[in-house]
Amino acid sequence: MRLLTHNMLASNARGASTGYPLKLQVVKWTTKEAEPNADFLRGMLPKLDWAALVAATHSLGLPGLLPESPPTDAELSADGAADDEGSALRRLHRALLEIHIEEGTLVCPDTERCFPISKGVPNMLLHEDEVRN
Amino acid sequence: MAGGDSAAVSAVEGRLSELSTNSEEKGLPRRGKSSSGRTLNTAQIQLVASHPEVYEPCDDSFALVDALLSDKAQLLTLKPRLCMEIGCGSGYVITSLAIMLRQLGSGTQYLATDINQHAVETTQATLEAHGVHADVIATDIVSGLEKRLHGLVDVVVVNPPYVPTPEEEIECNGIASSWAGGLNGRQVIDRILPAVRELLSERGWLYMIALEDNDPLDICHLMNEKGYASRVLLKRCTEEESLYVLKFWQDAASGTNASHAARSPRSESSWLSQLPFKSLWHKNA
Repeated sequence: MRLLTHNMLASNARGASTGYPLKLQVVKWTTKEAEPNADFLRGMLPKLDWAALVAATHSLGLPGLLPESPPTDAELSADGAADDEGSALRRLHRALLEIHIEEGTLVCPDTERCFPISKGVPNMLLHEDEVRN
Repeated sequence: MAGGDSAAVSAVEGRLSELSTNSEEKGLPRRGKSSSGRTLNTAQIQLVASHPEVYEPCDDSFALVDALLSDKAQLLTLKPRLCMEIGCGSGYVITSLAIMLRQLGSGTQYLATDINQHAVETTQATLEAHGVHADVIATDIVSGLEKRLHGLVDVVVVNPPYVPTPEEEIECNGIASSWAGGLNGRQVIDRILPAVRELLSERGWLYMIALEDNDPLDICHLMNEKGYASRVLLKRCTEEESLYVLKFWQDAASGTNASHAARSPRSESSWLSQLPFKSLWHKNA
């Protein structure tokens, strides 16, 4: 699971108000390189919960990876951004798409219900009596 | 659950023809498990992992992938940002889609869900073996994603549990969840459709398999009421069943805006005449 998905995922446990963002407890994560795509990142940017994304990078022990406020369109489109390791584009790309959480836990912020991440797959399944009405 | 039990290597394989022209497809040998036919430019999807509780790719999976292949040029033009499979099972379909659209690179990202924990592991293994990636989530349909992914998904593919069964079979979480569809095979389909409508973007497309028993025409009418046009991409009759691959997309002329007009027989027929659907339906029925 990557942080893109973490940013889109909420807890439906009974008692949760928003169930979002899920707290991330990481046991193991890896990086898999991919070619950055500025169009994708520009398109996703307005849909992201930036604070949740930044918090997720902090829980990975990468506090410097993303700035506190989201990059601008212009920053993501800057010439040479794709080739510059430190550019806003590459950093966002790394955070969203290159970091893979392999083992860990997602915790519902409202109910503390734990959802395990095993072999890269979060298990969001709830028993019938746990599901929010 | 023990981790090693999904590692049994299976020789079963499906084929993904990357031929972009759909006209040639008719001449291809059937892609059943026993098919020995092979085509040029054929990439193979190997089932690297199998599990007694995971549905192996079968005629329905092959039909869905063939339908996606027949729409490959349109998909490449659409440049979907997010693609999602609901009920990914072995991973055959989402892996095929990711390979088919590989040239879109990081511009297209994939998600896959299944309620069966063995299935998500199998999907993960199938994706990895083919060098493509989807974020796989064990969940019921799209539970947990419905709010934040609202209106963001450009392509949804579904091979739903469509087999008419007693209702109680739906409650099973093992392999039965891949087929048990309850009354008329519609009970899970009818839960999936509203969820998909929440997720689909305005330009989004849904590809879904339905069986004759599921009353695909009724499904299309239902979706039409909600503003979606539809057509049959593919019909295939196997020994056991008649399969349809339906494609849905938002259409300003459908649904609430057009509901007044749709009541008159004239516009009803004009709606149907836009679809290859009706003619196809009657011809093949």
